[in-house]
Amino acid sequence: MRIGVYICHCGGNISDIVNIGEAVEFAKKQKDVVLVRDNGHICSNEGQMLVLSDIREFKLDKIVIAACSPSFQGQTFMKMMERAGLNPYVLEMANIREQCSWAHINYPEEATEKAKDLTNIAISKVRLDTPLSKAKMPIGKRVLVIGGGIAGIQAALDLGDAGFKVYLVEEKPTIGGHMAQLSKTFPTEDCSACILSPKMSDVAAHPNIELLTYSEVIAISGYLGNYNAKIKIKPTYVDPSKCTCCGDCSEVCPVDVPNEFNEGLSFRKAIYIPTDIAVPHSFTLDIENCLGLLPLACAKCRDACDAKAINYDQYEKTMDITVDTIIVATGFDIFNPAEKPVFGFGKYENVLTALQLERLVEHEESGKNLVDIGNKIAFIQCVGSRDEQIKKEYCSRVCCMYATKLAQLLKRNRPERDIYIFYTDLRAYGKGFEEYYKRAQKNGVKYIRGRTAEIQENPKNKKLILKVEDTLTRSLIEGEFDTVILSTGMVPSEGTKKIRDILRIGRTTDGFLAEAHPKFKPVDTLTEGIFLAGTVQGPKDIPDTVAQASAAAARAIRLMNKGEYEAEPITASIDEELCAGCGVCISVCPYDAIAFEAEGARKFAKVNEMLCKGCGSCAGSCPSGAAQQKWFNTEQIKEMLRAIL
Amino acid sequence: MKKGTIERPKLVVFCCNWCSYAGADNAGVSKMDIKPYFRIIRTMCSSRVEPDTVLEAFKKGAWGVLILGCHPGDCHYKNGNYKALRRTLLLKRVLEDMGYEKERLTIDWVSASEGERFASVVNSTIEKMIELGPPKNA
Repeated sequence: MRIGVYICHCGGNISDIVNIGEAVEFAKKQKDVVLVRDNGHICSNEGQMLVLSDIREFKLDKIVIAACSPSFQGQTFMKMMERAGLNPYVLEMANIREQCSWAHINYPEEATEKAKDLTNIAISKVRLDTPLSKAKMPIGKRVLVIGGGIAGIQAALDLGDAGFKVYLVEEKPTIGGHMAQLSKTFPTEDCSACILSPKMSDVAAHPNIELLTYSEVIAISGYLGNYNAKIKIKPTYVDPSKCTCCGDCSEVCPVDVPNEFNEGLSFRKAIYIPTDIAVPHSFTLDIENCLGLLPLACAKCRDACDAKAINYDQYEKTMDITVDTIIVATGFDIFNPAEKPVFGFGKYENVLTALQLERLVEHEESGKNLVDIGNKIAFIQCVGSRDEQIKKEYCSRVCCMYATKLAQLLKRNRPERDIYIFYTDLRAYGKGFEEYYKRAQKNGVKYIRGRTAEIQENPKNKKLILKVEDTLTRSLIEGEFDTVILSTGMVPSEGTKKIRDILRIGRTTDGFLAEAHPKFKPVDTLTEGIFLAGTVQGPKDIPDTVAQASAAAARAIRLMNKGEYEAEPITASIDEELCAGCGVCISVCPYDAIAFEAEGARKFAKVNEMLCKGCGSCAGSCPSGAAQQKWFNTEQIKEMLRAIL
Repeated sequence: MKKGTIERPKLVVFCCNWCSYAGADNAGVSKMDIKPYFRIIRTMCSSRVEPDTVLEAFKKGAWGVLILGCHPGDCHYKNGNYKALRRTLLLKRVLEDMGYEKERLTIDWVSASEGERFASVVNSTIEKMIELGPPKNA
């Protein structure tokens, strides 16, 4: 056995703390180690070429890289092994950056000792590593996209256009998500619905996209190339192929329900279409608010429908589908401002959320006012963002710019309007944002750096009295406003929480779902074949969402396009001779990958490697040591312990 | 942990590849201040850690063993963390019978994004080990 050990400086990230020379001398003394080198950046092309030429010159057959985390550059070095003609599984990495030099900056001597130990762990393990081969598994071209906002729409269209079969599932009666509710988009002031609706109708017409609205994913099992999803499809009681959207049903419906699409600022009927641009373009009967489907109870809508599109004999269905990859695009909810009682939302009628204002502005523009909000208007920024009290430390990234946009639009509708934006810090970071903010200032929107201490309502005229400390001039501002707009931030949506529990994807401390790596795998998750698109991963604006959705589609295509993928070879195996046939492994295997086989009177357990995902539960619980996990066998783990104790 | 470690605790930490190992990376990336008296052994899942290996660690002189898995409900392999929990609770009793304080073996949960939690769990476990000192029958 001829082991080569490479200790990386990482341009000072490691060598500033760890004494590399000492570590090199230590590694040289270890059994089977024939070459030890240190290098500034082993991951660089030059560093890799050095290893490759050493492998040839010194006939190295196993390699240890003491550098960063294997989850960071592990793949790079495994590919390097393949180029050298060596098996990628006779390589070990010692994590002396993330888990040593960076973690123990204040303990350089101890960090050096630790770096030696970690290198020794890797050397001890690599001695017992054997080559593993990756099985080629077939994979199809079917994708489940969960969530029909702009992220899901974009991902579905990209995948559909590339020739992949897409199931797009949306829980509401129409796709479009929050973007369909917006008036205009910043900083270009494109009409949101106008740029979104063509994409929505593309989805409806796409031959490769099967659209399932008013539907919910209720269970998912399986793995990359074979995910089985159960989808609940709620009845709409209206046949979309017959519905002409004349609205006669709605006119006769006696039930008024707050209109969700208008954020409760108007009413809709129990049979309704959420928006003019709804896709599928059809009415939906909301059974929770309907008086009852029996003709005796009401049935006015059915009688009014000339097209005979309404059918009360519909029932909830479930549908089982098998897909190869999954894209999660379940988006965000706006922060509920009632959680911050100081702002008086729900108590004072002239305190509104910015999303409500989006709906108002759109109606105001078309001359169909929902509510008159007057001329003196204040925006309070960072409601539900950057607030440690309510454990929302993050910035929601869009509120500074949407407030700027809404202020501009309000002023355009009535130039005499007096608009104040009370902000924490103004974050105009994106392309064209700073210019847009400057334009708003020139147009007379007043930006005041200050957090609102208190809102009170003048009981006589319902106007709102704001007390704000101007943190730039250190003065207290008090003023009376017709309307106060709360610039609410983003929180993980209810759908995101549900799907997280179904898919068991990790989340970050802010509650949004976690990407596999913040820099190099921003749309992957740690579960193979599941990707994230849009605000499910964290607050972002529309261009970032669209970019991420296309990225998720591309990452999914990357896995599926070849028609096969290489399965991780870290599976379990059971030594038939040692197996006593107790069946403990069968009971702990989470994938039903182990079953008994019989040979005459004796029975023993056998692993189906196609089903095994390599957790090692069986190896951890086998009383006779017959069950072993490749690359992590018991002897290896014990050798690693011996290396440090 | 060989040179000059007479009074320094030797803590072995088994980390699950999907959660706590990444959590440890996250702690490093965030430059959390962590006491350096622990060594991580990576496994794919906390359920891989067999009792025999834990006993081996104590036999070789470890002051403590900490097993870190995914939070309940978050296991990458459905439910490996529950198996690890059950096994650890039993093993603590065995260790007590062998004359070790039961606090020397602990199991906890750290997700991939919880660098801060990783640092605090490891630091407090190390403090506990310093308080206990080396195992008497080691």
